[in-house]
Amino acid sequence: MNTIHEVIKTLRFTDGQSLLELIYLIASVLFVFGLKMLSKPDSARKGNLWAAFGMSLAIIATILFHRVDGEPIRHIPLILLAFAIGATAGWVIARRVKMTAMPQLVSLFNGMGGACAALIALMEFPHIDAAGGVPYGQLITIMPGVMIGTVSFTGSMIAFGKLNGNIGDLRTKALRPVNILLLLVMLLLIVWVLVRPEIYADGHIGALPVYLLLAISAVYGVLFVMPIGGADMPVVISLLNSFTGLAAAFGGFLYHNQAMLTGGILVGSAGTILTVLMCRAMNRSLLNVIAGAFGGGGAAREKEAGTIKEISVNDAAVLLTYSKKVVVVPGYGLAVAQAQHLCNEMVKQLEEHGVEVQFAIHPVAGRMPGHMNVLLAEADVPYEKLKEMDEINPELPNTDVVVVIGANDVVNPAAEDDPGSPIYGMPIIRAHTAKNIIVMKRGMGKGYAAIENFLFYDPKTRMLFGNAKDTLQKLIEEIKNL
Amino acid sequence: MSEVFEFIYVNREMLFIVALSVLLGIEVISHVPAVLHTPLMSGANAIHGVVIVGAIIVMGHAHSTSAIILGFFAVILGTLNVVGGFVVTDRMLEMFRKKPKK
Repeated sequence: MNTIHEVIKTLRFTDGQSLLELIYLIASVLFVFGLKMLSKPDSARKGNLWAAFGMSLAIIATILFHRVDGEPIRHIPLILLAFAIGATAGWVIARRVKMTAMPQLVSLFNGMGGACAALIALMEFPHIDAAGGVPYGQLITIMPGVMIGTVSFTGSMIAFGKLNGNIGDLRTKALRPVNILLLLVMLLLIVWVLVRPEIYADGHIGALPVYLLLAISAVYGVLFVMPIGGADMPVVISLLNSFTGLAAAFGGFLYHNQAMLTGGILVGSAGTILTVLMCRAMNRSLLNVIAGAFGGGGAAREKEAGTIKEISVNDAAVLLTYSKKVVVVPGYGLAVAQAQHLCNEMVKQLEEHGVEVQFAIHPVAGRMPGHMNVLLAEADVPYEKLKEMDEINPELPNTDVVVVIGANDVVNPAAEDDPGSPIYGMPIIRAHTAKNIIVMKRGMGKGYAAIENFLFYDPKTRMLFGNAKDTLQKLIEEIKNL
Repeated sequence: MSEVFEFIYVNREMLFIVALSVLLGIEVISHVPAVLHTPLMSGANAIHGVVIVGAIIVMGHAHSTSAIILGFFAVILGTLNVVGGFVVTDRMLEMFRKKPKK
């Protein structure tokens, strides 16, 4: 470390400065490559590591080379201490948490980034206040930075609490006008500070508007996420993720820092596209998600539901074992019960009996797009057995048994044949086209969309009630004994 | 109005970067299989942790005690975002590793 410092001391001021800019450039390029690689299954892991490498470069270079009016970074021991605390906590949390809790974890870390961005903007405010003059350039970045960072922080915390089951939904129509009003007030506040130079004619802007903005943003973040249903949380997290990117970019603008700017904007735009893609997978518009329309109008079809037929574990085992082709449709129930390993074991048992088994993965199965793939991969289910919805649907009419484990809305035929249903138009796995359907479910509760599922009343469907883990355990025993 | 033009002129290079980065972000992400949505979101989440750079700058040039304390927290939060984000993403992607590609 000492020798590095010797070398650095010999560098002229401009050398260090150019080196810093060069490293920021490299870091930005690595971010782009990292994101690109993350979007392909084969290179995804490397992409993540490259982006992390770019980040390390940017951080180290900032500590070593950053200058303001020739003054180097001070308080380095304190910075390193803060870094050690954050890194240890981040590492431990990220390593310890169960795979099923991944979505709320992403939300948590996103909130931390948002809070960080808001803090930075907040701390920079007194500086420009003291400097005098009319610093439009800085104000134009500080105010939105505070606003977006704070919304992202409180919003992410609420999303975290919701996914973790600590916070319920709050659905009242009154929230919508309130939210729109808050949004308008925040925007007006920003514009007001910018267009009325007389309020800081004496060289002082006064921190009041910023603190006011901070408070309103915090409330808005909470109220913005509160009414949104649990199933839509991934979309919200993705949206908040791009918000934080934007907040980081405002920080980059403030400091004329290229790494922050490119990194932030990149995430901001990529995150927005990702949000739109997620909405599209559910056949819903972003506005629809934000307005919290899901589960709003529940009673679409007041048809007599028909009768439910149960099946014993023993019969289910026989039916499965003597089938040629079986397709498993896993849902969040499987993840909650932590039954992915047992599920794979059942599949192995069936394969020993010569049954061909595949998994049908709905784009939004589980709690996040791709979440189910991650969980099944954790249980060592081979990648090629996981079929996407469009791939498996044509095969389902030739499938002897479809086993639905803890999934509900993604196999609800109402999405295809009931125009009045809230989920009408959402692409589904067409389980009802198979020859037999076995539905494993804890009880007759409704899914996230809170609507009746007529698949359960289909004459071809048999229900297997119970916790997915227990039921699978029993099923495996029965199959072994056959 | 002239202030706005001045702002645009002073920051013209930054605005170029913004415009091009937006397009780049859209281009990079637009053809992603649904399987990778979650890891990708998580990876992007880690990348915006680049705010840590701003936190270091604020902290490193802080003069008052209150600024140092706030900066300290900002660095902790930023680090949580960066380290937690990358580690979680890696853990998710680790799961895809063993897949024997046909």
